[in-house]
Amino acid sequence: MSDTITKTEATGGRLTSAARGGRPRRRKLTFDRVTFFLAFLGIPLTIFVLFVLMPFVQAIFWAMTDWRGYSPDYNFIGFDNFIKMFEDEVFLKALRNVALLAAVVPFVTLTLALGVAVAITLGGPSKGPVRGIGGASFYRVISFFPYVVPAIIVGLIWAQMFDPNAGLVNGFLTRTGLDGFEAFAWLGEVSTAMPSLMFVFVWGLVGFYAVLFIAAIKGVPAELYEAARIDGAGRFRTTLSVTLPSIRDSVQTAYIYLGIAALDAFVYVQALLPNGGPANSTLTISQQLFTTAFRKGQFGYATAMGVVLAVVTLVFAALVFAVNRLTGGGEDKKVKGPRRKAPPAGVEQGALPAGAEGGAR
Amino acid sequence: MSATTADQGAVTADRKLTRQVASSDRRFAAISHTLLTIWAVVVIVPMLWVLMSSFKSTGEILSSPFSLPDTWRFENYSNAWSDANIGKYFLNSVIVVVAALFLVMLLGAMCAYILARFQFPGRRLIYYTMLAGLTFPVFLAIVPLFFQLQNFGLLNTRLGLILTYVAFALPFTMFFLYSFFRSLPHDVYEAALIDGAGDWRAFFQVMLPMASPGMAAVAIFNFLGLWNQFLLPVALNTDQDNWVLTQGMSAYAASQVYDIDYGALFAAIVITVVPVLIVYAIFQRRISGSVSQGTFR
Repeated sequence: MSDTITKTEATGGRLTSAARGGRPRRRKLTFDRVTFFLAFLGIPLTIFVLFVLMPFVQAIFWAMTDWRGYSPDYNFIGFDNFIKMFEDEVFLKALRNVALLAAVVPFVTLTLALGVAVAITLGGPSKGPVRGIGGASFYRVISFFPYVVPAIIVGLIWAQMFDPNAGLVNGFLTRTGLDGFEAFAWLGEVSTAMPSLMFVFVWGLVGFYAVLFIAAIKGVPAELYEAARIDGAGRFRTTLSVTLPSIRDSVQTAYIYLGIAALDAFVYVQALLPNGGPANSTLTISQQLFTTAFRKGQFGYATAMGVVLAVVTLVFAALVFAVNRLTGGGEDKKVKGPRRKAPPAGVEQGALPAGAEGGAR
Repeated sequence: MSATTADQGAVTADRKLTRQVASSDRRFAAISHTLLTIWAVVVIVPMLWVLMSSFKSTGEILSSPFSLPDTWRFENYSNAWSDANIGKYFLNSVIVVVAALFLVMLLGAMCAYILARFQFPGRRLIYYTMLAGLTFPVFLAIVPLFFQLQNFGLLNTRLGLILTYVAFALPFTMFFLYSFFRSLPHDVYEAALIDGAGDWRAFFQVMLPMASPGMAAVAIFNFLGLWNQFLLPVALNTDQDNWVLTQGMSAYAASQVYDIDYGALFAAIVITVVPVLIVYAIFQRRISGSVSQGTFR
C-alpha cells in the first residue's frame, strides 16, 4: 500500500518536483513518510470506524434480533421487529407526527429565512447599486441570536413562555383583550401542541438559514439583478425568477438538513413535551426509540426503530433531490466540474448546516 | 424642435417613473422594516422576559408575567448555582468540549490533508464512507454505540463522551477542511520540501498555518454544535457527576415539578445562555463570514 502511495502521489494532481525528476529522495519510502501516513490517516479513521461506522453496521444486524441488552442471549427474528412496529398504534402515531413535522417545518423555516435574507441583501432602493435595506446588519445579528442558544434552552424558554398561567404568551393575549386565552394550555391541548412545537422549531432555526442564504445571495453576480431590473421585473418576480434559481443548491441542502432535524426533533420535544404531548400528539420516533431502549431495555426493537428513522430520512432526502431535479435544478449545474462531480460539490455546501445542527449531531 | 419636445416628454415620463419607483421603494422598505421589526421583537422579547423573571420570586412570577420584580433577587442566581449544580456541569461541559474540539480539529485537519493532497488506493472509499457517516441519523447508531462504549469501559465517562464527540464531528470537519486544503497553492508546499522539510514539518509548519482561516471557521461551528449537544450525553453519560450543562439544565427543569423555584430556573437559564451570547458577540462577524466561506468554497 505504501509503495503505491508514493507512486500515485507523484502522478496525482499537479506534478511534484519528484515526478519532474527533481528530487529522487521523494520517491523513497522513508520512516518519516510511513509514520506520517499511519498517524494522519490511521488515528482519525480508527476513531471514526469504532464510534460511527461500526455502530451503524451493528444497528442493521441488531434490528433483526430480540436482544434485550444486558444478557448475551438473543434470537435472530428477521423482520418481526418491523412487523410488530407497524402494528403498534403508538409507533405509527409517532411516524405520522414526524412526517408532519418534516412536511411543515423546513418549508416554513426556509420561506421565512429567504424572506429575511432577500430583504436584508436586496431590499434596498431600486436605484443605484443593488443593496439591502437600512439596518440590515442589526436584523442579521438579531435573527442569528436563537441559533447560538442551546436548543434545549430554547425549548425551556418557550416551555415557560407557553405556561398557561405565568407565561408571557397568554399574558400578552389576555392583555390585548383575548380573554379566551386565560390559562389556555398551549402545550396541553391536542389542537395546539403540535403547532406550538413547530413554532419553537422555526423560531430556533430561521436565523441560521437566513444567514446562510444571505451568504448565498451575495455570491450571485449583481449583473443578474441589474438585468432583471432593466427588464422591469419587480421584487417578488426577481426573488422567484433570479434569486431562487441562483441559490437552489443552497436551498436543497438546507431543506435536507432541516428535514433531518425535523425528523429527529429530540431536543425540542424533550424540553417542551417530554411525555409525548396530549394524546401522543407530538410523540416523535426519537422519543419512542429512546424510551424503548433506555427505559424498557428492548434494544433490538429500538434499533429497528432507528433503521426506520434512517430509511425515512433517506426517502426525504431523495424526495428533495427529485423535486429539485424535476423543477429543472441540479443536473446542469453539477456538470460544471467534471473532475469532481455532484457529491463533493454537494458536500462542500452541505457540510455546513450539518455541523450547524451540531458539530456532532 | 419636435425632437426636443419628445425629449422633454421622455424626461417627464422618466421623472414620473422615478417618483413612482421611489414611492414603491418607500412602501417596500416600510413593509420590510415592519416585518423585520416584528421578527426581531419575537426573538428578543422572550430573552428579555427570561432575564427579568430571573430576578423575581416564584410568587411574583406566578402572579403576573409582566410585573417588574419588587426587589432584585440576586439570590436566585446563587440558588440556581448551588441547587442545579450549574458550576459542576459548566466545568464538565468546558472540559469535554475543549478536549473534543482540540482533538477533532487536529484529527480532522490531518485526515482532510491526506485525502485532499495525496492519491492512494482507497481514497474515494474513505471519502464516501465519511459522507455516509454525515448523512445517517445518530439515532440509528445510538443503541450499538451505547454498548460499544460499555465494552471499552468508556460508558458514563468524560473520555467516552469526548471520543464520541470527536467521531461524530469528524466528517463535517473533514469535508470542510478538505475543500480548504485542496484550494491551497502547491508552490509553498514544494518549496518547503525543497528546503528539506519532511511530511510532518511540511504539515505542521507550512500547511496547517495556511489553513488557519478555514480552521477558525470550522472550530466556531464545532464549538457551538458540541456545546449544545444533547442526545449523546443524555444517552451515553448518565453518571450525574459527569453531566454536561445541557443535560443538567434539562434535568433541573424537570425537577421543578416537585420543588418549585421558578426564579432560580430562570436564573439558571440566564447563566447558561450568557457565555454563548458573549462568544457570539465577540465572533459575530467571523460567524457570518464563515457561513459564506462554507457555502462558496
